[in-house]
Amino acid sequence: MSVESVFPQLEALLPHVQKPIQYVGGELNSTVKDWNSCDVRWALMYPDAYEVGLPNQGVMILYEVLNEREGVLAERTYSVWPDLEELMRQHNVPQFTVDSHRPVSAFDVFGVSFSTELGYTNLLTALDLAGIPLDAADRTEDHPVVVAGGHAAFNPEPIADFIDCAVIGDGEQAVLDMTEIIRAWKAEGRPGGRDELLFRLARTGSVYVPKFYDVEYLADGRISRVVPNRSGVPWRVSKHTVMDLDEWPYPKQPLVPLAETVHERMSVEIFRGCTRGCRFCQAGMITRPVRERSITGIGEMVDKGLKATGFEEVGLLSLSSADHTEIGDIAKGLADRYEEDKIGLSLPSTRVDAFNIDLANELTRNGRRSGLTFAPEGGSERIRKVINKMVSEEDLIRTVATAYGNGWRQVKLYFMCGLPTETDDDVLQIADMATKVIAKGREVSGKNDIRCTVSIGGFVPKPHTPFQWAPQLSAEETDARLEKLRDKIRGDKKYGRSIGFRYHDGKPGIVEGLLSRGDRRVGAVIRAVYEDGGRFDGWREHFSYDRWMQCAERTLPAFGLDVDWYTTRERTYEEVLPWDHLDSGLDKDWLWEDWQDSLDETEVEDCRWTPCFDCGVCPQMQTEIQIGPTGRKLLPLSVK
Amino acid sequence: MQRIRLRYTKRGRLRFTSHRDFQRAFERALRRAEVPMAYSAGFTPHPKVSYANAAPTGTGSEAEYLEIQLTAARDPEKLRALLDESLPAGLDVIDAVEARTSGLADRLQASVWEIRLDQVAPAEAERAVAAFLEADTVEVERRTKNGLRTFDTRAAVARLEAFPPPSDRPGDGGCAILRLVVRHLTPAVRPDDVLSGLRATADLAPPVPAAVTRLAQGLLDEESGTVTDPLAPDREAAQAAPTAAAELTAAMAPEGPA
Repeated sequence: MSVESVFPQLEALLPHVQKPIQYVGGELNSTVKDWNSCDVRWALMYPDAYEVGLPNQGVMILYEVLNEREGVLAERTYSVWPDLEELMRQHNVPQFTVDSHRPVSAFDVFGVSFSTELGYTNLLTALDLAGIPLDAADRTEDHPVVVAGGHAAFNPEPIADFIDCAVIGDGEQAVLDMTEIIRAWKAEGRPGGRDELLFRLARTGSVYVPKFYDVEYLADGRISRVVPNRSGVPWRVSKHTVMDLDEWPYPKQPLVPLAETVHERMSVEIFRGCTRGCRFCQAGMITRPVRERSITGIGEMVDKGLKATGFEEVGLLSLSSADHTEIGDIAKGLADRYEEDKIGLSLPSTRVDAFNIDLANELTRNGRRSGLTFAPEGGSERIRKVINKMVSEEDLIRTVATAYGNGWRQVKLYFMCGLPTETDDDVLQIADMATKVIAKGREVSGKNDIRCTVSIGGFVPKPHTPFQWAPQLSAEETDARLEKLRDKIRGDKKYGRSIGFRYHDGKPGIVEGLLSRGDRRVGAVIRAVYEDGGRFDGWREHFSYDRWMQCAERTLPAFGLDVDWYTTRERTYEEVLPWDHLDSGLDKDWLWEDWQDSLDETEVEDCRWTPCFDCGVCPQMQTEIQIGPTGRKLLPLSVK
Repeated sequence: MQRIRLRYTKRGRLRFTSHRDFQRAFERALRRAEVPMAYSAGFTPHPKVSYANAAPTGTGSEAEYLEIQLTAARDPEKLRALLDESLPAGLDVIDAVEARTSGLADRLQASVWEIRLDQVAPAEAERAVAAFLEADTVEVERRTKNGLRTFDTRAAVARLEAFPPPSDRPGDGGCAILRLVVRHLTPAVRPDDVLSGLRATADLAPPVPAAVTRLAQGLLDEESGTVTDPLAPDREAAQAAPTAAAELTAAMAPEGPA
């Protein structure tokens, strides 16, 4: 079967839309493989606008891993802006891939990567534009298998009606395993149709197929249990873990877009996972254990990546980049190598306690010292113990003193509001911290023009974390607390003008909370919002809190529930959580103990440097921490 | 310090590249190709590239021009091949000369455009063209940053003809090709302004968006209504004198130790 490109039809619409370049593909390092010489074809989607989706490392890695395989092709698709969506509907142009503009419905697999739950309505838009029935139950053998991945897929229950399956954890090997199963099924002449294919995927124990599980409820609305409804389907589905990152040096050939995107740099993941144990952090919990990429592996990826892209900045990514055992040698090695080439280095996540001035100096050798960013997350010592973000005020003040003393003019501090047990006082102490930062900065720099920006967002409890049982703070209380903080900062005559204050109101957090800890019944809300025109919920200008609340009021009472039940309600130990049958490796009892410890303000150490405290991941997943040091150095690439 | 002038294209789907997008892509291509670029001084140094008269987003082009400054001399043809290889297909570098004259921008006096009008009968296009050419002035309106502007399109058009489509690309439901030579004036008259003019004078209303391509830019020969290659003076100067690389060697030789 030959599948025609829809580009001629699309091309006629492009002169009428904003930023048409985002829809035409042809990016440097993109791949277009021959359709007929491949037998398993993936359409990969990041469900947001191209400018956000293109730099996504997850999609970029899978795109390359799949396309490297003989007989397999992968193409990319992104959410189209409402202006193009309207024209596509008028002219019957389906959701297309940007690589060769083939209709998404013609692929074998439609893989969607969810970094955040706010992409769910965009999934529905894409399915509908693709001509794929929204309900998985209505799909036939001719429709692609719709698979969800990414961090939000660790609780895919709210979108269980709309997806055929979900894969949790690292995708590199997982997509190849799925590909082989699909290939074999197709080669055998598709025995048993779609159901049989999904069954073959499900019985591996590492692909979650919601339709093979029944959810039973108690009279009060809580879940009583989740049961497989078919023999051969495992009770729990496990996450995937890639153990040796050096075996997966992807992306090797990062995509270089023509359109402007949110991250214009060559990104290298220097390690995966985090064992710091911050209790609010879903990423840190579900990506355990820590697996470092070697210094030499990093050096090689940067070298090849820069040659392949021409980017002028290298981002060393991870959940806490300064924690790499050889970060000093990595930064110095790279700064030495690229000093002549005007290549900038950046370390997006740096902890206050891991910051050191030598490292910062290496990072800024080629650039200016404009700003440093740290995330104490909590304003008071007490609340930082609750969340296990073990950063003391002394650490912070010492670090900013060094920074201001060495020429930095601006420090940005990130915080959360609405953390468990939080009171007004915990939040108001953020202002005290900011004034101490400014006072110290003025003292050590001898200048008055230094700045500190406080950026604060609402906390959303997430599945697979110790706070999965916690009540979320209501939007009204969040806003009230933030207003008090704003007034305190503005009212400070001596320091207030040196402190910038940025905050997000509590409303989007409530919708995120509903979707994060939701169950299958929340699917009705998502569908109603989509049908009412909801799109791009991660964008302030498109997001409508009122629409979400109205749709929830229309749909949830049928189950005897409301939004508060999902968000501000505290869960008990006994409650079956919607994601309990999805195994992130974390022992539920350990998470509960950690939740209790948090209420007692008891901290837990990082297991990288202290004995194991039995979170459960390593024995459960047969994995282990992989860290250096290797003792190797980055040598100059050539004599210049 | 060597200066190289390049001619490049925006072909096919990459005609939707905006000028800003092209600039970023080009600067990355310079890095990938390891071109020894001269950088501007200052806090954030930029490679020295001068862009001339970029075609509007969505318009194809066979004749865009820019000039780069190098810190070390390079063979223009080798550099061209290297940069062409380094840019995505569609953004093709098709000509390169060493700058031996001044005023490339001044030589870009007029453009030759081709406009493909699908689902328009050639006879209808010919009738509209005749009406346009007969008029002394053809006023059109266009929305700009400063609001709606009214200006004349007729004076800018040095030549305008309609043709049937080439036999290898006939098009469904009829197709007409317009070929026009437009002077670069202020305010700029763009091909879509001329289309607005054809609509105003002769009710020519193409049912599908026109495909517009710039075929050439250069000095306008008023007699023939043709446009000459703006890189020709550099090429002639290069033939008359040794290359910069040779010059460099020659210049350095006497200073070296005997």
